[in-house]
Amino acid sequence: MEKLVTALICFPFLWAILPAVIHNSKCRAFFVYLGCAIVMALSVFTAILWYAAGGKTFDFRLPYQEAFGHLFMVGDVLLMFFITYLAYKYKKLIISVLTIVSTVIPTVLELFGPKLADSFTMRFDWLTFIMILIIGVIGSLIGIYAVGYMHGYHIHHHKELTDRRSFFLSMIFVFFGAMFGLVFSANLCGLYFFWEITSVTSFLLIGYTRTEEAINNSFKALWMNLLGGCGLATAISLGYLWFGTVNLYDFLRFEKLNPGDMRCLLPIAMLAFAALTKSAQFPFSGWLLGAMVAPTPSSALLHSATMVKAGVYLLIRITTAMADNYVGNMVALIGGFTFLTASCLAISVSDGKKVLAYSTISNLGLIVACTGCGYEETIWAAVFLVIFHAVSKSMLFQCVGAIENTTGSRDVEDMQGLMSIFPKLALILMIGIAGMFLAPFGMLISKWAALKAFIDTKSVYVSTLMVLFICFGSATTMFYWTKWMSKILGASKREKSRDLTKKNEYISMFFHAFLMVALILGFPWLSEHVLKPLSRNMFGAVEQVISKENIFIMIVLLVGVFVIPLINYFMTKHTKYTPVITYMGGANAGDNMSFISSTGDAKEMHVANFYMEEVMGEKKLFTPAIIISSFVIIVYLIIVIGGAF
Amino acid sequence: MDLSTRLILAGCYILLAPIVIGLLDGFDRKISARMQGRRGPSVLQPFYDLKKLFEKEFLSANKMQLFMIRSYLCFIILSGILFYTGCDLLLVVFALSTSAMFLILASTTTHSPFSSQGTHRELVQIMACEPMELLVAVGFYLATIPKTFSVANIVRNSNYSNIVFLPGFFIGFVFILTIKFRKSPFDISTSHHAHQEVVKGITAEMVGKEYGMVTLAEWYENAILYGMVALFFINKNPLSIIGAIVVILAVWFLEILIDNTSARVKWQLMLKLAWGVTIVAAGMNLFLLEIIRG
Repeated sequence: MEKLVTALICFPFLWAILPAVIHNSKCRAFFVYLGCAIVMALSVFTAILWYAAGGKTFDFRLPYQEAFGHLFMVGDVLLMFFITYLAYKYKKLIISVLTIVSTVIPTVLELFGPKLADSFTMRFDWLTFIMILIIGVIGSLIGIYAVGYMHGYHIHHHKELTDRRSFFLSMIFVFFGAMFGLVFSANLCGLYFFWEITSVTSFLLIGYTRTEEAINNSFKALWMNLLGGCGLATAISLGYLWFGTVNLYDFLRFEKLNPGDMRCLLPIAMLAFAALTKSAQFPFSGWLLGAMVAPTPSSALLHSATMVKAGVYLLIRITTAMADNYVGNMVALIGGFTFLTASCLAISVSDGKKVLAYSTISNLGLIVACTGCGYEETIWAAVFLVIFHAVSKSMLFQCVGAIENTTGSRDVEDMQGLMSIFPKLALILMIGIAGMFLAPFGMLISKWAALKAFIDTKSVYVSTLMVLFICFGSATTMFYWTKWMSKILGASKREKSRDLTKKNEYISMFFHAFLMVALILGFPWLSEHVLKPLSRNMFGAVEQVISKENIFIMIVLLVGVFVIPLINYFMTKHTKYTPVITYMGGANAGDNMSFISSTGDAKEMHVANFYMEEVMGEKKLFTPAIIISSFVIIVYLIIVIGGAF
Repeated sequence: MDLSTRLILAGCYILLAPIVIGLLDGFDRKISARMQGRRGPSVLQPFYDLKKLFEKEFLSANKMQLFMIRSYLCFIILSGILFYTGCDLLLVVFALSTSAMFLILASTTTHSPFSSQGTHRELVQIMACEPMELLVAVGFYLATIPKTFSVANIVRNSNYSNIVFLPGFFIGFVFILTIKFRKSPFDISTSHHAHQEVVKGITAEMVGKEYGMVTLAEWYENAILYGMVALFFINKNPLSIIGAIVVILAVWFLEILIDNTSARVKWQLMLKLAWGVTIVAAGMNLFLLEIIRG
């Protein structure tokens, strides 16, 4: 097992060299496919092997752990020099301060500080199991999609940009390696190293096009993530100075042994802070929105399988140390607030990718809120949300990317009648949207559990606020998804045209769709055989989170959503009817698409969605949201830090 | 509750709900007419209307509509069955909001300006009401000991009527009922008056049996909403059912009164009012209830 894990972490890093040095398009594509296939196979194989062995928590040290330790340290320093160089090059020197501070202090402590007792550095448990499957399977699919997409991107649409596909594809592999390392690490120094790699890689991916906007946005992402890195570095330093350990699980244990001791809570608070920046919660949401300038596969990667999931992963890890204390309350409030605000903001935008970005932030908010609460039910919900969100968001991003490549626009308004023009793309989009919000699907099952748990939270005001956040956020979520869905299904005059989507893009998207349906059908099994042992591990309790009766009702609703429209469709298929034209107030030109204007000739009628900019616009909500959330974080951190000293 | 009782209850709901709500609708028209100094139609008029709608020739701008409207009706009935057989209240609310989505999809398939405008206002209306509906479920969960979302257990475990703990929730719920019933201050997505700008809005392109099904679905939905009103008053004691019926009639009359005495508002105001009332009435009540039950 140790060898497999080592291979899983090292293989993508080494494989990343291949696409970087091969410049022949066909040949490179082959190696990327092969690499993705190997990563996928390796992760699934490792996961199954572990599952078959009984799913026991497994602590170990990597072979050549010492060498790896030195490698991590050298890597940290190299990353620091790299960032400093870039910051100097683009005249953003202030950013280098963050990286220097957050790298130098832990490194100095590691070299000259107290000697720590040897303990395990890696852990394989149920959460790791879920995460490596997400990274391995979803991540590889995005890798496969990226080859075709980037080809179309440079050949058809953006001929003006320098073709840096080699770099792009190799970065994807670096990302996989870093994510695998991150979810296995129990040692914070290792975790910090992989954490920094994901920050830098995402920075490079966002800046891919090298336009001014891309560069600015990539630096925005960098400084926010480095700020989070400072949080991690602080936790490591505290471990050296106060506790004599840098093992993540020791921190959790200390907190549980001394609840209420602020000194034990402080490292947890720092880790939570780091995770909040990574998972793009308010006030740090800006970087994920800015990440949209990058080509679609990188957005898909950042939003679904990697990056933001790293933050959420860490929060789920430390959730048991956050139950009913200041840090937990802070995380829950920030998460709930983000859930509501981001879904309000999603109503007011019409750019498809932006809607997806806001919905990611909003969903992550719900997950973060769940982790902050720290009960069995919320963790059950959080893990489910992570799984469903990874699959459906990756699918949606790929689909919107394909639509943009084909129709030249990713605006929701331009997707009028997509169902009749590009039925395959529309179908995938519909499944993805349904996966995000429709009644018995992932989101609402989880919302049910989350709501129930929030009512039971001990702190009265947190509980009240959280319930309100969820209720209102749930209503606003419905608005923007339904609006989008109705656009796709609407009538359209446009003729069918050629679909430019590549075969490999379709393979990836259909596989996602299949995965989505399988997950939905398999959710009771998943709950029983994966989620239950997970919460048993974390909480030591085996409680039925959702009663049998409710699982039954959910299945009935689920079948209903699929079957009722289908039956009705076939029953009404041959109903005789007289076609009529729609009522337009004035004269319908005869095709339901245009009307006779005052000059006497037909004009096309444009029907647009509601965006409610004056009520929920970005201009109106964004800045206040940042102020409020910053205030909450600062107040709570002051309480914790003040209590610790 | 055993399966046979549940089946009987489900059957009763399917058969009785349209009859009862149809009758209430008939009386509604009669009383409204009297308030306006008219005689008004027979109380059975809603049923005649429905019959006529189903007998009409089937005209449609887009045949896709029919299967979505049928799905809408089926889903509403499903939610109603869940509610009246005593299942999970929160899931009932989720099922209701799913069914609304089918109505919206049915309406937007036609690319008609009036139905499109009505649809988006309908979406705003759903957004205005949904938090309160969810909060009602939360309220009952907190008020009942032991805590439960199950409708059957809420009734069975309550020694007193839950209104004692949930006055704020009740006020909020009655407020959004006015929106749910599409009474005139809030008939924003589908105006019954031809002179107003939406001209039947969301149902503008639905004729004959399509419109009949939408009407029927709304009756079934109203039956669920009245059921929720009753839930505030029903307790372990079977006699409380009488109290619940009295309150339902009072609420029903109040809605007629509001319908006939108020002017129409804009959707912006509706959203502000509905959310405001939800936060103030239900939010305060929730906070206090958490303290009591904490």
